[in-house]
Amino acid sequence: MSADDLQHPIKRARGLGSAQSGVGHWWTQRVTAAALVVLAIWFVILVLGLLHADYASARAAVARPWNALLLIAFVVTAFWHAVLGLQVVIEDYVHTRWKEVSLLVAIKFLAALGALASVLAVLRIALGA
Amino acid sequence: MAEFTLPKNSKIQPGKHYPAKGAKKPRTFRIYRWSPDDEQNPRVDTYEVDLAACGPMVLDALLKIKNEIDPTLSLRRSCREGICGSCAMNIDGTNTLACTRAIEECASGDVKIYPLPHMPVVKDLVPDLTHFYAQFASIKPWLRTQSAAPDRERLQSPEDRKKLDGLYECILCACCSTSCPSYWWNGDKYLGPAVLLQAYRWVVDSRDEDTGSRLDDLEDPFKLYRCHTIMNCARTCPKGLNPAKAIAEIKKLMVERRSA
Repeated sequence: MSADDLQHPIKRARGLGSAQSGVGHWWTQRVTAAALVVLAIWFVILVLGLLHADYASARAAVARPWNALLLIAFVVTAFWHAVLGLQVVIEDYVHTRWKEVSLLVAIKFLAALGALASVLAVLRIALGA
Repeated sequence: MAEFTLPKNSKIQPGKHYPAKGAKKPRTFRIYRWSPDDEQNPRVDTYEVDLAACGPMVLDALLKIKNEIDPTLSLRRSCREGICGSCAMNIDGTNTLACTRAIEECASGDVKIYPLPHMPVVKDLVPDLTHFYAQFASIKPWLRTQSAAPDRERLQSPEDRKKLDGLYECILCACCSTSCPSYWWNGDKYLGPAVLLQAYRWVVDSRDEDTGSRLDDLEDPFKLYRCHTIMNCARTCPKGLNPAKAIAEIKKLMVERRSA
């Protein structure tokens, strides 16, 4: 008989109790999704406008203040939304605790790094570095 | 990781065949069999049943098999009218109640019958629902109040009573929870559609005074937020209820009580 067999089923069902979180993740995922609808449409229009443009005019377009601002908003929101979605996939399917925690931390670092790199790239162009 | 293949000792083997000699209206039933006593892998036995001498429901056929063909077949049943939830099983690819599912409604060809998916099997069509029932107990599914007990019943307006329609009818047969992939992968912590529908039934009850504490207990990435609106629960419910909608209502209340 294993130790689990000696526990009442209610002990297992109640587990460690409620984490008192999750609603923030859920709400943020939806808000970033709504923001991405608008930002992604704007981004596609921007890219379509740059078809057949040369490097200098593409660079000039990115450097325009509104374009730079919205581009930063777009990449930050996209990385943010992606990491929230990936978190759900990992929580759903990765059931070895150390792997789950490592992956959850790793995707957050990678997303932060990706977002910072993208912001830096836009800023360098926008500020003429 | 989540397991997507069956372990070796769960792989299903071909089983026995019980032909119906001289049947006027034969129909073939292919039924999952497993016993904890003989250390064999599960198998699928084939039974031919004469529908000319059988009631119209799948449960009638199962009982005819048990009574007249093979008494070793194990299944749960009680009310035979869709109110006790005992005979929930996977029939023709869908979780439902054997007593309310007509044999004629099943797709042409063999009628395949398995226990509720992804549950430990006690024997044949009998799943072990211990954890499911414990999860139900964990939401404290009774009227919780702060105010002093009144001399008479606690009153409720007809409008407030209406909010319980589509919830109180749940018979806890576990068809929905065992049809939910999220419950398959994370059923140890995720409460599943049936228990969340029951939780919402108490959250919206105008007489219950512990709403906030009920929401506190549900606010958890695994207990509640494993629901990804797959909607298998609503499709399979033999009572025609919509657990996914109840879960969505809980999520809305979670947002409502916090700042956006």
